[in-house]
Amino acid sequence: MTAFLEIENLSASLKRQRVRMLRSVSLSVAAGEVHGLVGESGAGKSMIGKAVLGILPAALAIDEGEIRLDGEDLLAMRPADRRRAIGAKAALIPQDPLTALNPSHCIGPQITGRLVDILGWDKRKADMRARELLAEVNIDDPDRVMASYPFELSGGMRQRVLIASAFAANPKLIVADEPTTALDVTVQKQILKLIREMQARHGTAMLFVTHDLGVVSKICQRLSVLYAGKVLEQATIAEFFADPKHAYSRALLAATPKYTDPGSSLVPVDSSVTDLVAAEIEAVDEGWRLAR
Amino acid sequence: MLEGRALTVRRSTPRLWLSASWLALISLAAIFAPLVAPHDPLAQDLFAARLPPAWAEGADPAYLLGTDSLGRDVLTRIIFGARIALTVALVAGLATAIIGSTLGLLAGYLRGWVDLVISRIVDIWLAFPPVLFAILLIAVLGTGLSSIIIAIIVIDWTRFCRVVRAEALNQSAMDYVTSAKVAGRTRLSTMWREIGPNVLPTICVLLTIEMGIAVIVEAILSFVNLSISTDAPTWGGMIAEGRTSIHQAWWVLVFPLIVLFLTVLSFSQLGEGLKDRFDPVLR
Repeated sequence: MTAFLEIENLSASLKRQRVRMLRSVSLSVAAGEVHGLVGESGAGKSMIGKAVLGILPAALAIDEGEIRLDGEDLLAMRPADRRRAIGAKAALIPQDPLTALNPSHCIGPQITGRLVDILGWDKRKADMRARELLAEVNIDDPDRVMASYPFELSGGMRQRVLIASAFAANPKLIVADEPTTALDVTVQKQILKLIREMQARHGTAMLFVTHDLGVVSKICQRLSVLYAGKVLEQATIAEFFADPKHAYSRALLAATPKYTDPGSSLVPVDSSVTDLVAAEIEAVDEGWRLAR
Repeated sequence: MLEGRALTVRRSTPRLWLSASWLALISLAAIFAPLVAPHDPLAQDLFAARLPPAWAEGADPAYLLGTDSLGRDVLTRIIFGARIALTVALVAGLATAIIGSTLGLLAGYLRGWVDLVISRIVDIWLAFPPVLFAILLIAVLGTGLSSIIIAIIVIDWTRFCRVVRAEALNQSAMDYVTSAKVAGRTRLSTMWREIGPNVLPTICVLLTIEMGIAVIVEAILSFVNLSISTDAPTWGGMIAEGRTSIHQAWWVLVFPLIVLFLTVLSFSQLGEGLKDRFDPVLR
């Protein structure tokens, strides 16, 4: 399998404060593969997804590295070309379905608008496609949903719409940014199953950002464990759960609540582990600061 | 799943239909002024000067709301005054809305140096006392209907600019703007398609308020004799004239004042009523 998305030595930092957010991140996602990005809050998981999609906050600057999408180096392109390349090949499943749909437009135009305006599809073909995809995400009455406003739909329903919308333009890569975090636990499971089905059916590569190792084990083939913007470990799911290499990974795994044994208490990640990683990072950053 | 739609069609509040009816009445009177007005607004009749309203003692029933010190019919002048007031409200209101909102949208969405420049200009603008600024502008531009309109636009665009900028800043942080960016929409197209419709309710509410303000500003300028030619029927001019004869003929002052008050009140209440009904945040 050839890699569809390759990230090499990607480093990013806050422009003003000179604080590093990503530290030489390298990873590759093969066509049709789901790659999990796990780590605690602020580890930079979402940041990687945003960098790939070209939507990093303006306060962040990419210092070095390459992001190759389908063999093309995105960072070397002119902004307009990059926008077009990303729009044609990649899509986003956002975290919060409540703010991800425009309250002023009906669902139909929100799905088809981008196909028609940006990719130049025929209006009728786009409508057909939207209807087809809504049916694929198990929405019973696509016509009615397409004529509804977002506020008329439930959270789970909106997330289905967003999934359908992400797959609409036949993307080769989808970045799913904690797509189940904002949902009810019962709905989470359905949505996760749906994402996995859709991904398998369309053969889309996926970067799956989450802090939930349980979710990762269900949907991903490979994963990267991040801490403070640094990749600590990369492995296949089978390898990782059988034999995590890094001490932090082991601590993270041990901290996952076990539903099979309700009596057991939670094990927090031991600070001696994170201190070790932090010291390691500090040494690298020292060099980075001196080099500038 | 679609039960929500029933909730959005809320019953109209009295506030909405009362204000709308008054404005409709004034607008119709303004449009058909030559047909509905009982007299000529400029015709003077010194033998019929300072006649009280029709129900008072010594009145002439032909002059329903009485006459002023030059014998001109008050009702007729109020009706013709509505033409000027509403023209100013409509033209100045719309122009201010378009100019202010566009600048506000650009500042709030593009941010960076565009925002910096626009916001600083707004700050400087707001440091001028508005009425004095208007009087100064009219002094430079000369009196006349277009001067009043230009003065209102020049002074009041900042009102739209500030509010729309804040709203656009809010909307820009929403995920659907991010999604549009990922999909490859250009910045202008995102601004127009994704953010524009969401700031429109705010603009509409501001527009009605602005129309009320425009009516007041026109009246103030007429009051200080900086509006249109002195004998043209304007509400502000009538109030100014009525003030000099308040002890002999109170009706010359009071009736235009009531009409002015009701019109300005209706504009602001119409805005509130529309907001209750159509604001997507509330529904």
